[in-house]
Amino acid sequence: MIISIIDYGSGNIKSVSKAVEFAAQNLNKSIVVNVTSEPAAIRQSDKIILPGQGSFKQCAQHLKNISGMMDELHDFVIEKKKNIFGICVGMQLFADVGEEDGGSNGFGWIKGSVKKINILNKDLKLPHMGWNEVVIKQNTTLFDHMTMDKHFYFVHSYQFIAEDQKNVAASTFYQDEITVAVLKDNIFGTQFHPEKSQKNGIQILENFIKW
Amino acid sequence: MLKRRIIPCLDVKDGRVVKGINFINLVDAGDPVEQAKVYSDSGADEICFLDITASNENRDILLDTVQKTAEQCFVPLTVGGGVRSLQDIRNLLLAGADKVSINTAAINNPDLIKQAALQFGSQCIVVAIDAKKTSEDKWNVFTHGGRNQTELDALEFALLAQNNGAGEILLTSMDKDGTKSGYDINLTKTISNNLSIPVIASGGVGTLEHIRDGIVNGGASAVLAASIFHFGEFSIKQVKEYLKSQSVSVRI
Repeated sequence: MIISIIDYGSGNIKSVSKAVEFAAQNLNKSIVVNVTSEPAAIRQSDKIILPGQGSFKQCAQHLKNISGMMDELHDFVIEKKKNIFGICVGMQLFADVGEEDGGSNGFGWIKGSVKKINILNKDLKLPHMGWNEVVIKQNTTLFDHMTMDKHFYFVHSYQFIAEDQKNVAASTFYQDEITVAVLKDNIFGTQFHPEKSQKNGIQILENFIKW
Repeated sequence: MLKRRIIPCLDVKDGRVVKGINFINLVDAGDPVEQAKVYSDSGADEICFLDITASNENRDILLDTVQKTAEQCFVPLTVGGGVRSLQDIRNLLLAGADKVSINTAAINNPDLIKQAALQFGSQCIVVAIDAKKTSEDKWNVFTHGGRNQTELDALEFALLAQNNGAGEILLTSMDKDGTKSGYDINLTKTISNNLSIPVIASGGVGTLEHIRDGIVNGGASAVLAASIFHFGEFSIKQVKEYLKSQSVSVRI
């Protein structure tokens, strides 16, 4: 199996690839983890992970600036219906639009928009940074074998607001309920960082490999 | 509910972990990669490396240490010490750091925070403030590991850092660091109450009660501690179980 991690100059890709390799080892599976910025490599892949750090607008622009990347992603995800896992801003990009930095278009794969978390309680800080518990909203194997309390590591100031609640796979509470995972057919994404979420994070990556 | 974070800090010099009293008299306490892995596996919410060789020497050793650590620790890793330029930040992020902490360079050039936040995102930019009390309810910023006093007021500088895009403040009391007499609660509270970004309390932990006070009375989102963990006085688990018994929300 070939899992490609898309490198478009956003953040700490190495942590993601190391965590996926670790998950593959746990499963005793021979998996090629391929960090790539080549659109052509997507066609050879069985699964794709799309990380993302920084601003929605910058991430969207960087991806769109790679010639052929959007076409290949569209073909892989929408036409071939193969599995993709978006992490943090990588997940946010699945939305129609993100308001960060004056606004920009996402991929429009999951109906919704990405907006700044509106914190009124002055005891709560932004970014929402640290470990929080998630509540699972969809029956999926992607959340199999979690620890009792389901802690994951977050660092973000923007949230995915899904138009259709049935695409929300998990949520957490930070003043209000926030969507922290989306799932629609072959498209999965988490706001939290599985590569930084210790056992639960590695478990989700294992689940994604088996998905 | 968002959990308060417990962050063991490894002061690293020439690729080895050390921790001194008031930044002098360094004592070797082991290999950073192994220690980080032990902490990560035993429930640390984050790991922090402060490279106290700082300056230019042996930067490659640090990058190598960061890389090896990031390969084994699936919790966030913050690295600071001697970070001067966007290139330094980039090198650390590429080596596997999740956040980079900037101290002296941010004070000399607050624009560096702005540029770094724009280029890499606020989430990975931590501004480290070393503060020392100069009068009642007033603290000044110090640089170069506490050696040089500046004219900057700690609160004013923290607000500037926040406005320039810092994602977090690592606040160390120079009066308390190494004393084991507890965090400077007034300082922590003053900065935390006036900022909308998370504040990490640092400097002075000696007991479990100190950690609780930093969170409950100081309002810190996270607490940093070094020697109490390295020399086995307390385990991460003990700290968390104590905090839980005190109704502080932690990840166990």
